[in-house]
Amino acid sequence: MYAQMVKSTGEGVKSLEEMEPQERAFQERINADVKIEPKEWMPEGYRKTLIRQISQHAHSEIVGQLPEGNWITRAPTLERKMILLAKVQDEAGHGLYLYCAAETLGVSRDEMTEQLLSGKAKYSSIFNYPTLTWADIGAIGWLVDGAAIMNQVPLQRCSFGPYSRAMIRICKEESFHQRQGYDIMMKLVKGTPEQKEMAQDALNRWWWPSLMMFGPSDTDSVHSAQSMAWGIKQNSNDELRQKFVDQTVPQAEYLGLNVPDPDLKWNDERKSYDFGEVDWNEFYEVLKGNGPCNAERMAARRKAWDDGAWFREGLMAHARKKETRKMAAE
Amino acid sequence: MAAREHDQALFELALRMGDNALILGQRVSAWCGHAPVLEEDIALANVALDLIGQASLWLGFAGEIEGKGRSADNLAFLRADRAFRNCLLVEQPNGDFGHTLVRQFLFDAWHLPMLKALTSSSHERVAAIAAKSAKEATYHLERSEDFIIRLGDGSDESHRRMQDALDALWPFAGELTCADEIDVALAESGAGPDLVAIGAEYKDYMERTLKEATLTVGWEAPVRKGGKTGDHSEALGHILPEMQWLQRSHPGAVW
Amino acid sequence: MSNEWPLWEVFVRGQHGLAHRHVGSLHAPDAELALNNARDVYTRRNEGVSLWVVKSTDITASAPGDKEPLFEPSNAKVYRHPSFFDIPDEVGHM
Repeated sequence: MYAQMVKSTGEGVKSLEEMEPQERAFQERINADVKIEPKEWMPEGYRKTLIRQISQHAHSEIVGQLPEGNWITRAPTLERKMILLAKVQDEAGHGLYLYCAAETLGVSRDEMTEQLLSGKAKYSSIFNYPTLTWADIGAIGWLVDGAAIMNQVPLQRCSFGPYSRAMIRICKEESFHQRQGYDIMMKLVKGTPEQKEMAQDALNRWWWPSLMMFGPSDTDSVHSAQSMAWGIKQNSNDELRQKFVDQTVPQAEYLGLNVPDPDLKWNDERKSYDFGEVDWNEFYEVLKGNGPCNAERMAARRKAWDDGAWFREGLMAHARKKETRKMAAE
Repeated sequence: MAAREHDQALFELALRMGDNALILGQRVSAWCGHAPVLEEDIALANVALDLIGQASLWLGFAGEIEGKGRSADNLAFLRADRAFRNCLLVEQPNGDFGHTLVRQFLFDAWHLPMLKALTSSSHERVAAIAAKSAKEATYHLERSEDFIIRLGDGSDESHRRMQDALDALWPFAGELTCADEIDVALAESGAGPDLVAIGAEYKDYMERTLKEATLTVGWEAPVRKGGKTGDHSEALGHILPEMQWLQRSHPGAVW
Repeated sequence: MSNEWPLWEVFVRGQHGLAHRHVGSLHAPDAELALNNARDVYTRRNEGVSLWVVKSTDITASAPGDKEPLFEPSNAKVYRHPSFFDIPDEVGHM
């Protein structure tokens, strides 16, 4: 998802009996659905896992501006331009809320930015795919935001107060994102043959990367088990992926588009779709930095950061001057 | 003035206001995801959204006056370069962030008094669009002024960059307050403002604000103009193909 | 010296007559720009009629460990709540 394969302690989940009193009290509060707030005691692993997960989530929002931002200046109507601009702006806002949530855990935004730009921190694999046509903007809203919402809705119940509150705000704002994407797709499939072809091509290219967003199966992962015990992950990756497929296939049918999976079939027993295996090699390659756009995305973020240094410093310089003048006058 | 000529002048006014907003909005929107700090990504998108929203109002109005069934989208996406009526300033490249800020500042400082004056236009629609836009422009100018003063009087580097940008862009500012016969006709009919008065206000404001920002301009520098009548700089010929490409490559398609 | 802009807490009055409510935080070099940023970040959907910004470091917070001495004592003072008193129905609303 936006935070894929976040490592927790890797030690396996402790039982309440194995815990020291402080940790036990902490775990009992989580079990009782009481939110944990920043200044309260928490296991170091909980803090570190959260910082990793929230900052990865934030980085994904920030890098996620780029593929869609690529089409703002080329949007086909004034209204589409405004909708897209407002949507990409929301991604920046969501990144901001999330960075702030992580900052309550004692890491600064600058530190997190450095980690992203040095390649140390990861972001969602999905944003390393190119947006080649206008239909990609529709497909991203429909599929990528659809997958994101599926993951983010349960995160609103996350045990860490600031993360949970940020997710509530984000989910509220994000509700229009998927709809605008589907709306673009609807216009395209009702349009000229070229437009419909564009829509099918976008679905072909974005389908599998969207399924990868949920991450590899984590049924046996100790990290996921720990994150679930801590209340910072609610569902398994496979659960969410299945839910996404079940929800999305009828939407594709409504559009009259074909989902590019020969193994896709309704399973009447399970009341769910069976679907083919994701190419996990591709996923790991993209995560390692070998996706189609990893280099471009990082170069764009580095350029924004480096070119903007004088602006950030100049304003701080003025603030200090003003402070000094004020003190001298007093 | 005969009714037809009056309509023609109104059409030009709507295009000039609309194209300024559209081209500047297009320029500013290109920063989305590339700004120096996250807060600025968000703020710039708001400015661009305001401007593109204003453009669709002005251009929609222009299409109505023209009466040939052209919508705001038609005018934005299917008009040729020479038919664009924006001033040269707004089409200048984004440059470093300093150029973008100075371009915005020079524009906002004219845009706000212009819109305020247009709120008392004898034409009801002009007055209504101006009133809505003026609220947005008030905030834009506040933001621009905050940055000009702070960065002009900030670090050595920020001062140098703001001064460089001002040196490059100041010659384009004059066109904003330079009246041609259309402006004069509009002022006489009560539909538009007296640009000379706005120009005086503009100069006054610039003197005050630039002084506080410790920046200087050559008041007597020659003015570069032509956009208002379709004589653009080379820059516009790069903005339009990008902006119009999708519409033009699928004639008649609905998006 | 770090050039990271300081952190500010943002409070929004959602409607006339309501109290300001904490909505989140942001970075800004000074108070005026913090107010601008708050407007752009936290009122994009018509959420507010008034804004406050406070430097995060200027907030004094109670310590989580003091929760019991600070807040438990008031638990015992049940007579502060109207439901503590039985008033006969005949008396009417009170």
